[in-house]
Amino acid sequence: MQLFSCPFCGPRDETEFLFGAEAGKRRPEPAAEVSARAWGEHLHFAGNPKGPAREIWLHLTCGEFFAMERDTVSHAVSATRALRGGGQ
Amino acid sequence: MKGRYSAFALLREGVRGHTGWRPAWRSPEPKPRYDAVIVGGGGHGLAAAYYLARNHGITDVAVVEKGWLGGGNTGRNTSTIRSNYFYPESVALYDFSLKLYEGLSRALNYNVMFSQRGVLTVAHSPAEMEIAARTVNAMQLNGTDAELLDREAVLAKAPLLNTADAARFPVFGGTWQGRAGVARHDAVAWGYARAADALGVDILQGCEVTGFVVENGRCAGVETSRGTIRAGAVGLATAGHSSVMAEKAGFSLPIRSYSLQAMVSEPVKPCLDTVVLYPGTGTYLFQSDKGEIVFGGGIDRTPSYAQRGNPPMQQAVVSGLLEMFPAFGQLKLMRQWAGVVDVVPDSSPIIGPSPLSGLYLDCGWGTGGFKAIPAGGWLLAHLIATGEHHAISRPFDLDRFAAGRLIDEAAGSGIAH
Repeated sequence: MQLFSCPFCGPRDETEFLFGAEAGKRRPEPAAEVSARAWGEHLHFAGNPKGPAREIWLHLTCGEFFAMERDTVSHAVSATRALRGGGQ
Repeated sequence: MKGRYSAFALLREGVRGHTGWRPAWRSPEPKPRYDAVIVGGGGHGLAAAYYLARNHGITDVAVVEKGWLGGGNTGRNTSTIRSNYFYPESVALYDFSLKLYEGLSRALNYNVMFSQRGVLTVAHSPAEMEIAARTVNAMQLNGTDAELLDREAVLAKAPLLNTADAARFPVFGGTWQGRAGVARHDAVAWGYARAADALGVDILQGCEVTGFVVENGRCAGVETSRGTIRAGAVGLATAGHSSVMAEKAGFSLPIRSYSLQAMVSEPVKPCLDTVVLYPGTGTYLFQSDKGEIVFGGGIDRTPSYAQRGNPPMQQAVVSGLLEMFPAFGQLKLMRQWAGVVDVVPDSSPIIGPSPLSGLYLDCGWGTGGFKAIPAGGWLLAHLIATGEHHAISRPFDLDRFAAGRLIDEAAGSGIAH
């Protein structure tokens, strides 16, 4: 069982967490000028990196989103930090 | 085909002390150029090479595999073959594959041990029975076989199911697809490899693709650990690593890679002769020819390329098994493993041209790629040979994500995503 460290609650069981998205993804604006292709890519496409990754996760029990840096092969977590104050 | 397999050949070699068997395929050195190169020596890639040669007469083909044949998801799945999906596009695709599987051993002269023992999906409540009836109606309208079963009929097919009054997920009824079944997964890879090799295809194992040759905006070959291989067209059939390959080619895909794990128990005497899926627990299982209970469930919840499963899902899957079949609590767990699956938002595959001209995709099969090997290979071969979609693959083009025309088979996939 792996422990993830919630920036607000500390180390907790992995089952308490939900993967959200890759970090750094920004909603394309303004909406009226966003093509169907660009919108489809924003909604569905992903870098899906093998190795180091920066991701947004949700700690289900406290309801806070946060950023996590981890390796998608070794599963080692190098950092977690709150989104407030430029978590992106 | 050199050394055609038959009862006579087996008898002859028995008399000769089995000295006459030859390797099932060659291990040639890479040529500098092929008409077509397929990246990925799993079932889909090998099938694509075979159908390029057999259906289109294109025999100057190489299959490039970084590891060994069928060492990825082809050798890690739980080998179930079925077409009990909801949408017409999906049934057309998966039933095409099922029909090819029905004739595959004969076509390849290789016994893939396709056993059409049926797939039973259990419903746990009156509400689920209504959904089950809708699914069965949809499948029948789409032209494949499906039956709605009541509780007695379900228990007749799988008598060891949990019938306790206290069952968390009681048996209320279910759906049945009798033509579905299981096959020997290694044999599917080996059978396609042998048949493709006999038609002139070069199978290059231990040959990792490190990049793509791009000339005038078009894919003109692959860079590999064994040198540059130029190609008229390139097909990509790399399952969980499709995003990694796409990045090398300069684009991204609507894919997230996850581990999907499976397990087997110790072997026991025959006690289950169908494939059973419980939507309530998310666990599915069948009994292998060796007697092991082969079972699995949903994907791990952590995006991963690790090819190993995390304990929480293992626990959930085992708990589900014991809810379904309390008697299996006596069994020892023998092995547990995982493959990296390429999950797409609508749980449907991506087949079609990639954003890089000359490079074609056969990926996004997620948790259900094994059942689709013959169809995936056939359709990728069609794309490479003609540059055009087959009618069956057209709805699964990458353009559906811009058009919003998704084919959402989250339920049909049978595995929680």
